[in-house]
Amino acid sequence: MSIVTSDIKTMASPTDEQSGKVQIKPYTMNFGPQHPAAHGVLRLVMELNGEVVERCDPHIGLLHRGTEKLIEYKTYIQATPYFDRLDYVSPMCMEHAYVLGIEKLLGIKPPERAQYIRVLFSEITRILNHLLSITTGALDVGAITPALWAFEEREILMEFYERVSGARLHANYFRVGGVAWDMPAGLADDIWAFTERFPKFIDDIETLLTENRIFKQRTVDIGIVTKEQALDWGFTGPMLRGSGVAWDLRKSQPYEVYDRMDFDVPVGLTGDCWARYLIRMEEMTQSLRIIRQCLKEMPDGPVRHQDRKVAPPPRGEMKRSMESLIHHFKLFTEGFHVPAGETYTAIEAPKGEFAVYLVSDGTNKPYKCHIKAPGFAHLQGLDFMSKGHMLADAVANIASMDIVFGEIDR
Amino acid sequence: MSEQALKELGDHIASTLGQAVLKVELKLGELMVTVQREQIVPALTTLRDDPRCLFQLLVDVTAVDYPERAERFEVVYNLLSIKHNQRVRVKACTDEDTPVPSAVPVFSAANWMERETWDMYGVFFDGHPDLRRILTDYGFEGHPLRKDFPLTGYVECRYDEDQKRVVYEPVRLTQDFRTFDFLSPWEGMTNVMLPGDEKAQAPEAGSKP
Repeated sequence: MSIVTSDIKTMASPTDEQSGKVQIKPYTMNFGPQHPAAHGVLRLVMELNGEVVERCDPHIGLLHRGTEKLIEYKTYIQATPYFDRLDYVSPMCMEHAYVLGIEKLLGIKPPERAQYIRVLFSEITRILNHLLSITTGALDVGAITPALWAFEEREILMEFYERVSGARLHANYFRVGGVAWDMPAGLADDIWAFTERFPKFIDDIETLLTENRIFKQRTVDIGIVTKEQALDWGFTGPMLRGSGVAWDLRKSQPYEVYDRMDFDVPVGLTGDCWARYLIRMEEMTQSLRIIRQCLKEMPDGPVRHQDRKVAPPPRGEMKRSMESLIHHFKLFTEGFHVPAGETYTAIEAPKGEFAVYLVSDGTNKPYKCHIKAPGFAHLQGLDFMSKGHMLADAVANIASMDIVFGEIDR
Repeated sequence: MSEQALKELGDHIASTLGQAVLKVELKLGELMVTVQREQIVPALTTLRDDPRCLFQLLVDVTAVDYPERAERFEVVYNLLSIKHNQRVRVKACTDEDTPVPSAVPVFSAANWMERETWDMYGVFFDGHPDLRRILTDYGFEGHPLRKDFPLTGYVECRYDEDQKRVVYEPVRLTQDFRTFDFLSPWEGMTNVMLPGDEKAQAPEAGSKP
């Protein structure tokens, strides 16, 4: 690490006269908030003994936008776009947790085709996320090429996003009772073509990284998390699986049509940064399997719930039917009313368990909407993961946690 | 996760924790246990270690603000059992002044989550090793997720060219804050008796929030 912005508070003390050895006092160093390896706006206050990290105190909240407060003042429909902006590298998974929570409170289920489309795009999102996570992680430990290659692939995936929702990133595609629109003609074929081509790309990345000597030196045995530690610190997703806990919400508490999907859950053995890297690589391959099954099995039919009190009528119908026009108007001004109740709805987001704790008081706005972000729990483990490691290894740890500040700071 | 299994689990928790449990509810397929505030640490420890519970993962801590209640905050702990594939939600009530015992000795993960709850709601956690603000700005005042905290906040900041630093000033809105009453009675979404519409079916009592 040569590009660390540091303000050193206590300098090294002069030579100890008796022994003749140089005594170095631990000094406090400020890492970030603007640092390329911090994956956003993270400020770390580190206590270093030489180059060894003794304590590491992350200061977060620099991207805090008050999402939860804003949602309390918006109708349920208006609040969906906020979820794209939480974890901005896997937007549709965030929306997924939110709409599933509302659907649970409303007691409705989207039509089958919509469920397949949701699963399809959740898995596209997972690849989208892991591509960024793995390759920028590699960038942090010194490999530039994977990042350049992966961003090209991400562009293709974001094009799928654009074709289905009109936006590359902030899709707002999952809606209560289904998805916004059906997939355009030809998209399924193009996604299929992508799944045929993409394994070659995964192989290329593997050749670059998996057995790369420098990459292994920087990740193997770095930031080891034992099974007990992972549970104690509330880790989920690849962070938990990396430590040998076979746990995936898609398997254990399946939502939508995941129970029909045939896929494997990779589990790590060593709990270090390298294990987490391997898990993410394998998850991309498994996501491809799910995408193919979705494309094969996807039935025809509506993509939105038929109850006009929840989902708006189609445009064409509005031109002819007064009833539809009224429903449309009421939905987009007043919104729908959600029965009083509360739910904690979790999904397996690419980073771990992303959940929404929704409390409804029977009106058209959420009484409370708490967002459980996986990265929040992971980042607080940085202190124990980095203790005793070199400064540069703290960077590898941050990279292997897959930190995105949109969701941590909310 | 069948309803039956959750119901049995709820009965088991109620009998194991005994006096500490105030209420066990099962709604929408989710188990909620309200415990006495003072008993939160033993209750969480039991839930973590009891072989029929084994809720080893604390996934979330937050609070809900009900200003009209005497004890306005409901502190909510969401637990997950990997062994039994179950979830449970533990609740404890408190007010602005009464501290809640910290769960950090039971779950290390509670550290930041309780800091966040303190930051956002002003719920004080007794015995927390490092109860600082976490999400808001350095030197922030107030607890933004309380229902009586305005959406716009109290201060806004800008860079002052003369003083060469960021200054905080009271919020000035160029347009009044707009909030609409959407609970209009003319559509069938809320059951409200309309004047002159008495012949229609009488609405169920207590449906209007």
